[in-house]
Amino acid sequence: MDFGFLFSHFAELTITGLALGAIYALVALGYTMVYGVLQLINFAHSEVFMYGTFATAWVAVFVHGTTSVSQGLGGTLGLLGLCAIVAMVTSAAVALLVERLAYRPLIRRGSPKLVILISSIGASFSLAEIMGLRDKFAGWFGLQDNLESYVAQARNVYSSPVTVDPHKVFEFAGYGVTDIDLLVIGAALGMMFALDVIVRRTRLGRGIRSVAQDPEAAALMGVNSTSVIRTTFLIGGLMAGAAATLYMLRIGTTRQDAGFLIGVKAFTAAVMGGIGNLRGALIGGLLLGVMENWGSAVFGTQWKDVVTFVLLVLILLVRPTGILGESLGKARA
Amino acid sequence: MGIKPNLRAFAAIAAAGLALTACGSSNSSNTAGGGSSCGHYNLAFLGATTGDAGALGQNMVGGIKLALDEYNKAHTDCTVGLKVSDSQGDPVKATPLATKIVQDTSIVGLIGPGFSGESLATGKTFYAAGLPSISPSATNATITQSGWTTWHRVIGNDSIQGAADVKYMEDTAGAKKIYLVHDDQDYSVGLAGFVKTALGSSMSGEDAVQQKQTDFGPTVTKVTSASPDAVFYAGYYPEGGLLCKQLRQAGYKGLFMSGDGSEDPAFVSTAGAQAAEGAVLSAPAAPAPADFNAKYKALNGKDSGLYSTQSYDAANIFLAGIEAGKTSHADMNTFIGGYDKTGVSGPIKFDSKGDISAQTIYVYKVTGGKLDTANPTLIK
Repeated sequence: MDFGFLFSHFAELTITGLALGAIYALVALGYTMVYGVLQLINFAHSEVFMYGTFATAWVAVFVHGTTSVSQGLGGTLGLLGLCAIVAMVTSAAVALLVERLAYRPLIRRGSPKLVILISSIGASFSLAEIMGLRDKFAGWFGLQDNLESYVAQARNVYSSPVTVDPHKVFEFAGYGVTDIDLLVIGAALGMMFALDVIVRRTRLGRGIRSVAQDPEAAALMGVNSTSVIRTTFLIGGLMAGAAATLYMLRIGTTRQDAGFLIGVKAFTAAVMGGIGNLRGALIGGLLLGVMENWGSAVFGTQWKDVVTFVLLVLILLVRPTGILGESLGKARA
Repeated sequence: MGIKPNLRAFAAIAAAGLALTACGSSNSSNTAGGGSSCGHYNLAFLGATTGDAGALGQNMVGGIKLALDEYNKAHTDCTVGLKVSDSQGDPVKATPLATKIVQDTSIVGLIGPGFSGESLATGKTFYAAGLPSISPSATNATITQSGWTTWHRVIGNDSIQGAADVKYMEDTAGAKKIYLVHDDQDYSVGLAGFVKTALGSSMSGEDAVQQKQTDFGPTVTKVTSASPDAVFYAGYYPEGGLLCKQLRQAGYKGLFMSGDGSEDPAFVSTAGAQAAEGAVLSAPAAPAPADFNAKYKALNGKDSGLYSTQSYDAANIFLAGIEAGKTSHADMNTFIGGYDKTGVSGPIKFDSKGDISAQTIYVYKVTGGKLDTANPTLIK
């Protein structure tokens, strides 16, 4: 155990942890919102995120070609904005597809929750495998040569050709905070805030909250629950797409199973903060990111998941519904 | 509203998922050997042809196919076939496949297993059945210490590579303080152990990361605060490339070195050309001779890759044995033990444990935004 290292590099470990946690939090929103309205875990949400990472990389390849380039954040902002829009649209489209194919037919037939849960696991596998076999699909249409830079070696790591180099903006307790750290944390917080306002203040948000509280009463009051559920998936997808672009900005590579690890972490973050609770997702995500870094520093990097899951167990022992409690409807989320 | 529609919907989704997974792991073509005047001999391959490391297994199968193609053209009356078993590099999946291979009496020899983990898991099965095997790529040093006399490899093991890598970092690159990072896999822990032993007091720190990890923030902090002259990463390129990139972005200026698990052009695309520049990757393999690559490409439709030459050589040893009539397991094993020729990957002769006698380690450098696979430096 090396507490000295943790204290001597406290600022650096905390800030990079917050940047990682901000991405977890954005993905966690998708889990938490769907859980809020359906009381179901959307296991396919990790793939919604993964499609966003590929959309980001594909836009970069489309604009820049496959030759590797490095540039500062300033020169990349335009591209980054384009990537974010395409990734958000892609992820939202995938999320809506999941809702349409894996959820709605089963909800309409009044299937038991377990069946819907398994259907979302099936959707998750199918989506990951479709991405992993995209070279074969392109081959069916004879497009594998035209699309080579997008589909070749489909199961291997896929990299964005554009590397964004971080620049030090200011010094904080011995750590040079970079523009990328600030952008990731700022963008995530901004989107969380906007979403929080939408859910609390708008007519749409009232619909979401009413379905979360009592679907039957909401239906009696004239709330169209199908449309609310669809909107919930859409919002979750948009947030996952934004998270995907921020993730690619920091990491730069993805693969067909990249969603799994982030999905598990984001789901953990959602549970930690109180699943179904928007602010809980934010707190859970940031806490998880920071704890991973602190745990790595003290016990060694291979122990970071042990540290975070022990923390999760401890939190759930004291507060079984998570830090901020459960419901999207009740907790004035 | 009954249970049937639900079941149907679920079954349809499950079937779709399974079907997709199934095409993901579909076997490569198995061609049976045969001819009029001989005994239908086959070679077997066990390794990953799909999955994360599928590209490496395909490099191996390509090399074997080239050797078989040449042999069968010269021996049209008695061709030899190939049976490919795809383990996806997973020791758990490899174990039942090994049982299947030893029960197949048409198989005279095994090329593989591809990786160290599956080699350790299946070695006993092959040894008990007496089936001779030659691995083109499994480099963990402990495999040949298990007393499996039928097990051979045409590639240098990790103990040699670890010592050679340290020699390069200290003597050639002049590094005094070296930081060691590994990813906790069988292969990586083995290699990291030999590097650590060879480093002695030059090691300035050590950290372990996880496979599929993408954010190395804490590791980067540890490395930069130790400010070493060189970082050695024992592991594979998906993590190695990202670690290299994140170290450079954090301002690390020293040497980045990794072993054969990272020796792949994808290391450069993962790290980004700028961050990868100057990184050195070692491998116990010389580059493929130009005429080998031309022949390989004509048959397989793509360039040869890491382990293609070793697989080609391994297949040729078995084919020479078949040609000499050594088709029983015991005869073939004796034949391999006495084999002494130069293949496309270098001189091949085995010691009593099944390790290759002439172990050479090469260092490949990233220059001009590309992994220079044609001009490596020989360390030993």
